[in-house]
Amino acid sequence: MRRYVVKRVAQAVGVLWAAYTVSFLVLDYLPGDPVTAMAGAGMDSGQVDPAQLAALRHEYGFDKPVLVQYTEYLGRAVRGDFGDTVSTGRPVTSVLIDALPQTLLLTGAALLLAVLLGGGLAVVATYTSQRWLRQLLLSQPPLGVSVPTFWVGLLLVEAFSFRLHWFPAFGNDGLRGLVLPALTLAVPTGAQIAQVLAKSLLTALDQAYTETARAKGAGRWRVHLRHALRNASLPALTVVGLLVGQLIAGSVVVETVFSRDGLGRVTAAAVTAQDIPLVQGVVVFGALIFVATNLVVDLLYPLLDPRIVVASDRRASFA
Amino acid sequence: MTDERENGDDVTTPLLEIRGLSVSYRTRRGTVPALRGVDLDVWPGQVTAVVGESGSGKSTTAHAVTRLLAANGAIDAGTVRFGRHDLVTLSEAELRTVRGAQIGLVPQDPTVSLNPVKRIGDQVAEVLRIHGLATRRSAATEAAAVLDRAGLPDAAVRARQYPHELSGGMRQRALIAIAIAAQPQLIIADEPTSALDVTVQRVILDHLQHLTEESGTAILLVTHDLGVAADRAQRLVVMSQGKVVEAGETRAILDDPRHEYTRRLLAGAPSLTAARPRASVSAAQADAPPLIEARNLVKEFRLPRAGGETRTLRAVDDVSLTLRRGQTLALVGESGSGKSTTARLVLRLADTTSGRVLFDGTDVTTAKGAQARQLRRRAQLVYQNPYASLDPRFSIGEVITEPLRAFKVGDRASRLARARDLLDRVALPASTLERRPAELSGGQRQRVAIARALALSPDVVVCDEPVSALDVSVQAQVIDLLAELQADTGVAYLFISHDLAVVRRLAHQVAVMRAGRIVEMGPPEDLFTEARHAYTRELIAAIPGGRHPSPAAADRPPAQRA
Repeated sequence: MRRYVVKRVAQAVGVLWAAYTVSFLVLDYLPGDPVTAMAGAGMDSGQVDPAQLAALRHEYGFDKPVLVQYTEYLGRAVRGDFGDTVSTGRPVTSVLIDALPQTLLLTGAALLLAVLLGGGLAVVATYTSQRWLRQLLLSQPPLGVSVPTFWVGLLLVEAFSFRLHWFPAFGNDGLRGLVLPALTLAVPTGAQIAQVLAKSLLTALDQAYTETARAKGAGRWRVHLRHALRNASLPALTVVGLLVGQLIAGSVVVETVFSRDGLGRVTAAAVTAQDIPLVQGVVVFGALIFVATNLVVDLLYPLLDPRIVVASDRRASFA
Repeated sequence: MTDERENGDDVTTPLLEIRGLSVSYRTRRGTVPALRGVDLDVWPGQVTAVVGESGSGKSTTAHAVTRLLAANGAIDAGTVRFGRHDLVTLSEAELRTVRGAQIGLVPQDPTVSLNPVKRIGDQVAEVLRIHGLATRRSAATEAAAVLDRAGLPDAAVRARQYPHELSGGMRQRALIAIAIAAQPQLIIADEPTSALDVTVQRVILDHLQHLTEESGTAILLVTHDLGVAADRAQRLVVMSQGKVVEAGETRAILDDPRHEYTRRLLAGAPSLTAARPRASVSAAQADAPPLIEARNLVKEFRLPRAGGETRTLRAVDDVSLTLRRGQTLALVGESGSGKSTTARLVLRLADTTSGRVLFDGTDVTTAKGAQARQLRRRAQLVYQNPYASLDPRFSIGEVITEPLRAFKVGDRASRLARARDLLDRVALPASTLERRPAELSGGQRQRVAIARALALSPDVVVCDEPVSALDVSVQAQVIDLLAELQADTGVAYLFISHDLAVVRRLAHQVAVMRAGRIVEMGPPEDLFTEARHAYTRELIAAIPGGRHPSPAAADRPPAQRA
């Protein structure tokens, strides 16, 4: 078990390194550099002294060969130092850490809603013996997956803020302010959970062991929840792990639509300003959250399914 | 039809009385009737066997009793009287008090019939809890006690394990424990052992019989194996195409089958027709040149590490064998005995740990690349499951010509001509070429698989349990076909089977394997009459149909029936 965790952490470090390297190369390849962007933003006339720009580039190290820049930055990044943001001059790490709690709250609430709504929909849709209800419920997830997040957000704001005045339309104030953005973010996520869970519930209900359960005299609800659901939850759990990445990405749109502070807003701003150190910090941070969640998911598998043995040596051969 | 005999019995009323039962399944193509007016009685304390081929409705009958039909199945007419109730008209809630408590079910496939994420003990305890026969506290201990009664060794330990940690036989015992836990009056056993090895089969059936005799529980035994039915049941019900064609005392039906279908079923059962000559099998020629010679083959697998030390499993242990041209060598043994691995080594589908394989005089032990490819061309395979071994997207023509295309033999027209010729040889009409595997029956599919194996005119065909997934009457046809093809083409077979009765009809030489070793080898007639090794005798004794239940067994010497 311990060896497994150590191995997985090593893998996670590899993923983070790859995320850093790829983002570095992509950002290096893109035309323009932050100094030009910064100068363009700072000066109204557009006339900048090339010598000053060169001095700035030298200060930030943008004039060094790519490989030297890469190793220098990587060395610092390993120690948690992603440099200073170009636009404000604050350390990247502290900007991210300041923005993190709001985003964690938002994505956490969205994930909870997604699991409850999506899971609930899947359970009810597969349990009901009313054909029309089942068809109606099962047609919702494809809809939820296909509508754009910002549109759902705007619709919810229109209905619940402007018309009904139930929830604020923007801002970071308390739980009431959290409801609409979390719901917006939960719609596509919950829809995917519902799709996977409903499918695997139907598969599980078709297995021989559910017949054994029925033959014991178990009622439908018992068969559904005690026998089928636990078996069906594994594929859904895998999806949840993957959806965390989508939630973080979705927070960019949702935080913008609802004018909330957080990692998503920071990302949007950093990209607009071509703030390369900040963008890099965001990429590595996102990768970190994603990798950590999936490690937790992998460690949860054996608790749900005893057949999955967490072992360091998976090359076991079967006779 | 059998009333006189029933009146002769000292039991006055049947425990279960099915009258005019009709069941149909709704499919995309419309409503398909599965049962048409089935009448069936099960008497208290007796074993009643329902036999028939797949599709005969025997399994549907068993499931219709407690209305455990698939979601698209519906009972259209008839009554199922059990005690004072008609189970057809009972409400779902009332029915739940019958299921598990008064009627237990032993399902077909123990490997998939237990919930994989729940402990064995909890699954047994669930029956007791549902029917209020145990409290939350006492359920665990009582479950262990029931498992013990079902013959599971170390029941208390096993109760805390999960299904995947138990063998197939042990899982079936756990399922039997679930069925008997509430001490029901009737147990419905749907092909309870067909997924198990023969030797395990016998032990399980013995135990089930013993348990029910003790408690006076009746059994409705559904089986495709007439041998099993003949051994266990006092009464026999023969079904075909959703109807009961014959019913009565087992002995009476076996000795004097009235219905033509019953006669065909009896003729097809390999275990009951051991005396039948190996019809067209060519005579064994001891001087035929050897085609495959294996010398001292060893195959070891690494096991998952436990406690730091590396353990290995010796799946094949010092196996030597010779397959002569145009002959059949059968490898017989239980699952895990190493017979399939041996075949894989011989075909170079797996690497040997040590030992040598000679193919037609050439050492192919470490053959790679072109040499291995040549070997593939001369040695082909027929797999166990014809439902899985044919690509569902290919037409039958494409399936059969695929080996020809792979080895770039001939052009399009000549390949098609070859496919037509092969179909003719396996007794399928040429129109089959255009069809898809899904449109064919299991037996037809296996014929296609055989045609595909013969496409390249190989020297040897390895048949891995080629008939065990097929109905008995179809089994006989396929075996006859294999024998005929051998006589015509001179192909040699390496025939893998767990079923000695099947092997007996085809093989020139039989090698009995156990735990990776060949324990005995010889012509089948010698093995059957004077088996030297205790394990061979055990295998022979385990063939169903070797005995009859009740006093009748005495008047037939077991050796002849074996």
